Amino acid sequence: MNTETTATLDARGLNCPLPILKTKKALNGLESGDTLHLISSDPGSVKDIDAFCTQTGNELLENNTENGDFTFVIRKS
Amino acid sequence: MANAARVLEPAMDRDIFNEWFDERMAQKEAEHVPSMTIIATKGTLDMAYPPFILASTAAALGWDVSVFFTFYGLNLLRKDLDLEISPLGNPAMPMKMPVGPEWLKSINMNIPNIVMANVPGFEKMASGMMKKTMRDKGVATIEELRSLCLEADVKLVACQMTVDLFSMDQGEFIPEIQDWIGAASFLPTAQKADVSLFI
Repeated sequence: MNTETTATLDARGLNCPLPILKTKKALNGLESGDTLHLISSDPGSVKDIDAFCTQTGNELLENNTENGDFTFVIRKS
Repeated sequence: MANAARVLEPAMDRDIFNEWFDERMAQKEAEHVPSMTIIATKGTLDMAYPPFILASTAAALGWDVSVFFTFYGLNLLRKDLDLEISPLGNPAMPMKMPVGPEWLKSINMNIPNIVMANVPGFEKMASGMMKKTMRDKGVATIEELRSLCLEADVKLVACQMTVDLFSMDQGEFIPEIQDWIGAASFLPTAQKADVSLFI
């Protein structure tokens, strides 16, 4: 299983709904199976990214808090 | 007649039928693209956010979205957006300083209506302060959300009657407007939508 990060998106400083919109745009540029590493400073993105992945069928592989920022690893479906 | 359902029973294997039915329903659900329609009727800075945030987010979730702009909502489709917010008659709106130390920024200034109504340029100032707060907090501008909506194929339609009513010109609005329509054209779309909102 390829868990290497294909792309990184720094959405720090952006507020709802921008992290979701930027994530969607970043995923559009990737191939199926690619992984996106996302960093966000918006606390609302923790639940929103989870809901986004559930709805769109993309897989949320990781979900962590690092130094007050929130990091996610998403695999494109 | 009361036994009509029973008569069918021997001819149909219930288990096979139920299995087929469940499979077909699951398939239909998986194929279904959710859709949302929004009627945007307000043209102030604060009320510009809900339709554009919901439309762009729904589009990001893969939904089909169309927004019908009518009455003051049409203001949100102007080529040059200059949206304002009025604290007058808007008691829920917080009046906070966008600059200065945190203790100062957290104070909700209680400004009497008579001051808000009589000081020239008060709305301009309040709008400027609100925009600065939004920028500092990383909240998107309406221009940005609108272009993200267009990029994500959100269908923006506008009310023809409003343009006639307020003697506006279609040329004042962005060319990306897909159609100029009336209620009778919009309602059939709303009828089929999973989510329909009036804002």
